[in-house]
Amino acid sequence: MKTLKIEELSKNFGTTEVLRKINLEIDEGNFLVLLGPSGCGKSTLLNIIAGLETINEGNVFIDDYNVSKVEPKDRNIAMVFQSYALYPSMNVKENMVFGLKQAKTSKEKIEEQLEKVSTFLQVDKLLERKPSQLSGGQRQRVAIGRALVREPRIFLFDEPLSNLDAKLRVEMRREIKKLHQQLKTTVVYVTHDQTEAMSLGTKIAIMNHGVIQQNDTPENIYNKPSNTFVADFIGSPSMNLIKGKLIENSNNISFIADGSTLEVPINNYDFIEKLDLNNKEIYFGIRPEHIYFKKLNEEDFDINLRADLSEYIGHEQIVTLDYSNQEILAKFPSTIKIELEKELKLYFDLKHTSLFDLKTKERL
Amino acid sequence: MQDNYQSSSYKELEQKSKYTNIFLRWFLYFVLILFASYFIFPLYVMVVTSLKTMEEIRQGTLLTWPSSLNFDSWLVAWGGRGYGAGDTFLRPYFWNSIKMVVPAVFFSTFIGAMTGYVLTKWRFRGDQWVFLFLLFGCFIPFQAILLPMARTLGTLGISNSVVGLVLVHTVYGIPFTTLFFRNYYISVPTELVKAARIDGAGFFKIFFKILLPISAPIIVVTVIWQFTQIWNDFLFGSTFSFGEAAPIQVALNNMVLSSTSVKEYNVDMASAIIAGIPTLIVYVLAGKYFIRGLTSGAVKG
Repeated sequence: MKTLKIEELSKNFGTTEVLRKINLEIDEGNFLVLLGPSGCGKSTLLNIIAGLETINEGNVFIDDYNVSKVEPKDRNIAMVFQSYALYPSMNVKENMVFGLKQAKTSKEKIEEQLEKVSTFLQVDKLLERKPSQLSGGQRQRVAIGRALVREPRIFLFDEPLSNLDAKLRVEMRREIKKLHQQLKTTVVYVTHDQTEAMSLGTKIAIMNHGVIQQNDTPENIYNKPSNTFVADFIGSPSMNLIKGKLIENSNNISFIADGSTLEVPINNYDFIEKLDLNNKEIYFGIRPEHIYFKKLNEEDFDINLRADLSEYIGHEQIVTLDYSNQEILAKFPSTIKIELEKELKLYFDLKHTSLFDLKTKERL
Repeated sequence: MQDNYQSSSYKELEQKSKYTNIFLRWFLYFVLILFASYFIFPLYVMVVTSLKTMEEIRQGTLLTWPSSLNFDSWLVAWGGRGYGAGDTFLRPYFWNSIKMVVPAVFFSTFIGAMTGYVLTKWRFRGDQWVFLFLLFGCFIPFQAILLPMARTLGTLGISNSVVGLVLVHTVYGIPFTTLFFRNYYISVPTELVKAARIDGAGFFKIFFKILLPISAPIIVVTVIWQFTQIWNDFLFGSTFSFGEAAPIQVALNNMVLSSTSVKEYNVDMASAIIAGIPTLIVYVLAGKYFIRGLTSGAVKG
């Protein structure tokens, strides 16, 4: 049984296609993050799961029960919003029990739930306050509390941290993570922040233009991006994509960048499909943090590149390098002194490379 | 040497700008007082004249003070002289106006709040057209709809009645009240409605429990606006009612114009003030909310 299952779901607003044939499954207790740039349809997908938006095609199942035409209140879900959406005229207590009252829950049960949740979230001292008298973090906690008292099957979070300042955001992120660890509930979480996605999710679904690009664990998303969009979207600065082609002879495969003669051996690369690779035009992907100043592994490939620019950002520096007229970035500790306009001897970590088809942009 | 020269010239400049500032300040006060008296002057004349006897009015000028505080003309304006035919006085028409204004303000405000709520929080296909047509209602000259409205009231059998006037004012108030509430509710986060839907609240519950409790500022604005409009209306009142069903503004006009013998300026002035007092009271009581409501934007949680 899947806690949440989405089947061939499509949605359009008028002639604009927002979601295209989405398929998604979540197991009990998982934390799924929907990640993507603004306008990719991630919030619409969340609203559809909540029942706040209608569906054009496809179905949504919660616990194997088709809820596509079920009212939001009957879906056994709870949602936390970006603006918290606390009812301004009600105090914290009224806010938290509003849903239970609508559901005609017994008074004893309401009191019990309120007591339990408010102590758990440490808002039990604030019950009489109005939302306007709370700080950002407290509002956030009350909003989560309002979701918790209903004991839903699935929690939906719609960019809950983006209204907070940077410091509080990191704190609340940790609290949400802790919350999930303690309660082990199923969560769907929407964000455009990759750090948030990486640190919170047990699964991340990266979306673009209404299509899921990759749905995988954070580790796989980072190490084995399934196409150039994912490779480019995750990581800061994002992955270097060097244009070039593959050369295959007598079981040796290597990469030659456009305008270069240097052969980079990639014999140990884990191809999805080892077909017809000779002369294939590709992107050679390597993350800035996988270009080293010192040799770390035996297989690291040494290469001489000219440094053009260095950006100091405190604990590290981002160096712009020239690889036969293609600009690539590398990340070094800021303690290393880089001489500009000079060739540097650097090392590519070949265990952490990704290859993409130049035409389809898909991983090879 | 140079330092000396500079500091003395700074002092001069400072002195100069001080004089300029003083002059500008006094000039500002002068202009403000001028404009204020320009506006207060008619009111002054009205109050002063209403307190004089006819004898005093004939002998003195517009601006002279009354010899004593004499409220006789106020009593005549309100309750008449006590003899039968031809004696028009304001009291019954004042109550007509109250009976017209209170329900008309209530219904137009309530319906406006509802429409504003639907147009912002329950968007439907073509809702912007509905809003556009409603806006037309704000710009249509009311003279243009007098005839069709008269027919409508006739067909409904409520012409020349307070009920008819309530209907007319409610209908023509809705464009304005809708505009007010729509512009207010559009700044209320729609996420509030979504959260309430997930909590299991329906259309009316969300309106009454979530939105209305935070609508006080805009309700005050709308009530003041509608009250002033309807109370001061002469066109609809004079067209759709006559005789005993007339509202106060129509009665005031009849009173002032139909004096058979001598023009009694003091009674006329007292009547005009009485007809204006309720709007004045509403402004004094709720004026500060009016400004606040007009300028305030979102009610963020």
